[in-house]
Amino acid sequence: MIEAEQNIDVKLIAILEKVSDPEIPVLSIMDMGVVRSAFIENGVVKVQITPTYSGCPAMDVIGDDIKAALKLAGFESEVELILAPAWTTDWITPRGRKALEDYGIAAPLGEEADKDVLLHGKRLVKCPQCGSTNTKMISQFGSTACKAQFQCNDCQEPFDYFKCLK
Amino acid sequence: MKENLYKYILGIADNSLILGQRMGALTGHGPSLETDIACTNISLDLFGQVRSYYQYAAKIAGDKRTEDDIAMLRQEREYLNVLLVEQPDTDFAYTMARQFLFDVYHFLFLTELQKSTDLTLSAIANKSIKEVSYHQRFSSDWIKRLGDGTEESHKRMQTAINDLWTYTDELFHQTDADKAMISEGIGVDVSKLKEAYYKKVSDILEESTLEVPESKYFQKGGKQGIHTEHMGYILAELQYMQRAYPNMEW
Ligand SMILES: [Zn+2]
Repeated sequence: MIEAEQNIDVKLIAILEKVSDPEIPVLSIMDMGVVRSAFIENGVVKVQITPTYSGCPAMDVIGDDIKAALKLAGFESEVELILAPAWTTDWITPRGRKALEDYGIAAPLGEEADKDVLLHGKRLVKCPQCGSTNTKMISQFGSTACKAQFQCNDCQEPFDYFKCLK
Repeated sequence: MKENLYKYILGIADNSLILGQRMGALTGHGPSLETDIACTNISLDLFGQVRSYYQYAAKIAGDKRTEDDIAMLRQEREYLNVLLVEQPDTDFAYTMARQFLFDVYHFLFLTELQKSTDLTLSAIANKSIKEVSYHQRFSSDWIKRLGDGTEESHKRMQTAINDLWTYTDELFHQTDADKAMISEGIGVDVSKLKEAYYKKVSDILEESTLEVPESKYFQKGGKQGIHTEHMGYILAELQYMQRAYPNMEW
């Protein structure tokens, strides 16, 4: 196993924080945890990103957006997609989780709770609209591969739940 | 070029490509909106995994071939997927039975591939297995739902399982590329997965009130590029754009 350490030059953090996930615009790619390293080598910024899901169509866009943001800040850059170590929902920062909830997407529960919810229909996922945990799963797969579809039994709103990935 | 490694990667990737194509073809045709979305998400996961494999294969090939060339521009005999994944969507029971019979294998296979001494393959396996565990959960649920559902759904699911059963044994056949890769610590010895596979499948079938087929008559050929009649139709659709407009991009 490769250790999941993040190695990001402090000078680049503010720039990269401005790049958002194209599918969840309120969420910065930094808070999403997809940027694994970023450092300056011979005047060129080298960035490594990792996909949330293998088929995530947002990765190409994210790569282009990173290059554009760095260019604006005066840096040439190279973006590399790496697969190991594999992304996990644990890498979403607390600020990222808050952004998800504010956007109407329930943030991932821990691995065990996730299984209780998806396998045994336990009511643990909190409705991002009214806060009730009286919710039910409609489908294990939602609008994108990383989400499941839920509905709140109290306020009736349908919403997405970001599935736990470990 | 490392011929055996190249072929080995294609053998893995082609399963996901063809199954992904089958599931993707259900877009807009799923029995309900949620199920439709689930099928296409599974397809998307499989295509994502396939890209990683073909990118690696293109690197091994070391010529001008790209991941797209490998996916789109081979002849039928050059595709090395098992016969199971190319079987048609006769009805939704077939779709889910095909998915289930492959998912159980896929999960066991990736579990072992994670231990490969080839770091690219182990990384792809490590990434993919998380997705495949969701696929397996989804298809297993449908086996139970239809198997232990109405008289009609039970009958249809049993028919699908009986029919597709004949393609399961091929999953555990070793190819020459397999043997070469196993000896280098890169490949998975699929013959060793067989027992765990039939145990898991049988458990779920029994839980679903379905009978475990007793047939010992099995079909094979896909791993050698000898496919069923369905493969030509799949490729005709998959490759249409590249054949009609060579080198097109968007
Ligand atoms: Zn609510």
